[in-house]
Amino acid sequence: MAGASYLSGTRGSPLRRKSSSDDRAMRLFILVIAIYLVIALAFPLYVMFSKSLENSQGGFVGLQNYLEYFNTPSLVYSIQNSLFIGFVTTCITVTIAFVLAYALTRSRMPGKPVFKTIAMIPILVPSLLPGIALIYLFGRQGLINELLFGHEIYGPIGIVIAEVFFTLPHALIIIITALSIADARLYEAATALRASRPRIFFTVTLPGVRYGLISAAFVVFTLSVTDFGAPKVIGGDFNVLATDIYKQVIGQQNFEMGAVVSMVLLLPAGLAFVVDRIVQKKQVALLSARAVPLEPLPNKRFDSLMLVYSIIISIFILGILGVCQFAALVKFFPYNLSLGFSNYQFDLMDGGGWDSYFNSIEMASYTAVFGTIIVFAGAYLVEKGQGLGPIRGAFQFLAMLPMAIPGLVLGLAYIFFFNSPSNPLNFLYHTMTILVISTITHFYTVSHLTATTALKQMDSQFESVAASLKQPFYRTFLRVTVPVCTPAILDISIYLFVNAMTTVSAVVFLYSPHTTLASVAVLNMDDAGDIAPAAAMGMMIFYTAAGVKILHYLLSRGIESRTQAWRVAVAN
Amino acid sequence: MSEAFLKIENLTKNFGQFTALRNISLEVFEGEFVCFLGPSGCGKTTLLRAIAGLDIQTQGSIAQAGEDISVLPPAERDFGIVFQSYALFPNLSVEKNVAYGLESRRAHRNEVSQRVAELLALVDLADQTKKYPAQLSGGQQQRVALARALATSPGLLLLDEPLSALDAKVRAHLRMEIKELQRRLAVTTIMVTHDQEEALTMADRIVVMNHGVIEQIGTPQEIYASPASQFVADFIGTMNFISARTASAGKCVLEDLEIAVDTSGLEAGQPVQLAIRPEDVQLGADDALEDQSQARGTIESLEYLGAFVRATVELDQSGARVQADLSTGDIDQFALRPQSSVAVTFPAEKIRLYSLDA
Repeated sequence: MAGASYLSGTRGSPLRRKSSSDDRAMRLFILVIAIYLVIALAFPLYVMFSKSLENSQGGFVGLQNYLEYFNTPSLVYSIQNSLFIGFVTTCITVTIAFVLAYALTRSRMPGKPVFKTIAMIPILVPSLLPGIALIYLFGRQGLINELLFGHEIYGPIGIVIAEVFFTLPHALIIIITALSIADARLYEAATALRASRPRIFFTVTLPGVRYGLISAAFVVFTLSVTDFGAPKVIGGDFNVLATDIYKQVIGQQNFEMGAVVSMVLLLPAGLAFVVDRIVQKKQVALLSARAVPLEPLPNKRFDSLMLVYSIIISIFILGILGVCQFAALVKFFPYNLSLGFSNYQFDLMDGGGWDSYFNSIEMASYTAVFGTIIVFAGAYLVEKGQGLGPIRGAFQFLAMLPMAIPGLVLGLAYIFFFNSPSNPLNFLYHTMTILVISTITHFYTVSHLTATTALKQMDSQFESVAASLKQPFYRTFLRVTVPVCTPAILDISIYLFVNAMTTVSAVVFLYSPHTTLASVAVLNMDDAGDIAPAAAMGMMIFYTAAGVKILHYLLSRGIESRTQAWRVAVAN
Repeated sequence: MSEAFLKIENLTKNFGQFTALRNISLEVFEGEFVCFLGPSGCGKTTLLRAIAGLDIQTQGSIAQAGEDISVLPPAERDFGIVFQSYALFPNLSVEKNVAYGLESRRAHRNEVSQRVAELLALVDLADQTKKYPAQLSGGQQQRVALARALATSPGLLLLDEPLSALDAKVRAHLRMEIKELQRRLAVTTIMVTHDQEEALTMADRIVVMNHGVIEQIGTPQEIYASPASQFVADFIGTMNFISARTASAGKCVLEDLEIAVDTSGLEAGQPVQLAIRPEDVQLGADDALEDQSQARGTIESLEYLGAFVRATVELDQSGARVQADLSTGDIDQFALRPQSSVAVTFPAEKIRLYSLDA
């Protein structure tokens, strides 16, 4: 019988499921968001690449711009400078972050939440701000410039200090995560085998966090190589790739050369991104193991040592911030040190005045709202959609790409793409919309990963059950997926809001006189020599971002207690 | 026999180069409780997911209630499903979970809540309506999932390892309850399980699968008493396999015994595996050795298993090991100890032969 039916079995192409109305709707939506990413990311990058092969008249010149670039010593020198800054910053930041993370996870020192919160502060300020503080501390008339023993703060020293401040929280988060997944049983086994403390550190602790350290190193390297704020404010004559792009475009209007430098800057960032993705995959494998959490034992000497260390780091961070606030309030440094609010009269300065502050809030709010909707819906459709395999794969790639694209490069690409008269989307140029689109795109990857992680933690059978109950997908999405993922959705919106407030790099090429932004105002006021108002505006950004963060915290707490009855299960 | 409710023909499922299901044909009748049983990776869940339309087969057809549903998406098929994880919506209360499939059908609000109350009474959870899944025990969650799957009165109930996340006692209890519920509602049910006890106690018919093919379909009694292949014999319950050889028709040779057995389909003089269950092997005192159907052996060990004792006996001539289940009474009666010499009887009607190449 089996033989007969085997012969009668059809041997044609594999069967394909008939599409349901859900399938069709989901495909339509994913196509819409994929098209958004193509327009907001792929096309601009492509146009920029082709610009790097053209002359200023738009004629194709092949690699001539690149030849010119590599034959201009002053430009090529920047590559070396950027790599130097990246390398030194990475070594210092990862070391500082590791010890601090170690103190926060492996000691019994008091005040851990406070130290952790303080260490996160740099996320809330534009990367221009530490540079301004350093000018006040170590500049020619600085408060404590004797400490530099005659060295110049304008240049690599200043840039590196500012970058360490700016990148510390990013490294810290990654290393804390790596240290927290340690398995107590490994330590018990090592102790039972009478290993000494140093030996345990080198044979258990370090191997356990190696992927975290590598990942942190690459993140810090990318951030410091592509950052534009710190070298702009405190770099002096020390040119790096990021400031070169700015100078070529804004200073010399040499867009083609700006495109060439952008392509060069893509290389280290892209490489770091690829390595980080590979390492992250291995880290995930470590994470999935069920481990017994490690409870550190009290050790008076070690705990006090860690406490002193954490206090020093906190003083560094709060000090930078405090100096900025001091600079903002002092009437005329260093001649008149009385305090007042005269520096807050932004309307008297370049940079767009108070309008730019409110523009920033508007832009950040739009980015948070629309960005969260686009990112979360996109991640949902990629995770749960059926069919359209190649498009979902391409979507996933496009979603990961922004991580490797420095903000300045993205901004320049937008000029090329959206400012072209032949582009039907040209009307977006110089509007609030293009600022929002560029910011959502710029910070897409981390948001997408947050959403994806939350979605992956949900039972993958929810959609199957809903289909068997003949419920349309959007009903399950709204009634189950969104409520369960609310914490992640809040995280994404806050992440987008804070970054939209502080970012300079992508938007610096895209703002118009009507859409000046606070972070750009900091840059322009600093450029014009109004350093004190720049500090004042920078602190306004900080207070706003911090306020929103606190609001987020309270909101999360509220939601947590209201949904406690069922959220236990999701956590387990 | 009446027309089958679910008719699966020549179903094949490939994952890339790997063939998960090979040419499966199967019929399930209305009101029947069928279990797909097999070791992990045998394709039983793949087959269930193909029936549900969750992972469509590469080739072959499925018809339900006379309608070809081979390529229909899950939402256009008629089934309710319970997963091993239950997949209860964590943010919805018990009653909202059960009502999930009812609400959008434009049903009257009162009708919905009446139906929900009826279902929750059916699974004995009438007093838990306002709780969230996380506040229930595993067994209660399982029953909520069952009520939710039954709410829309589907023609087919699919259960994917519904009991394996529960501890042994709850599992045994729920086994009875699900079976009872299924009998009462007369809903055609397919359950996937790797637990033979579950399959034997619950199913009307069992489909034993291995490596993507069906090894045997039959009632629990048929599967246990007359396993169609060596795999089924080995997988269900405990089985002794002893190397033997067929003699003339209707006879096989084990040790120097010639045993009368069914040798249909086997040639004379062919090496075979003789299969017999431990509870069918009889041990007796050595001096009782009287006829040709008994072999001599030595008790190697006695394993106390509560209700009975499992003896491992080494046959003196071939050195083959045989397990035999004895009551504690037998042990006392024949004064059996390790190293005791015993007479081993293989009742002919309990023996099955499997050719070696199978």
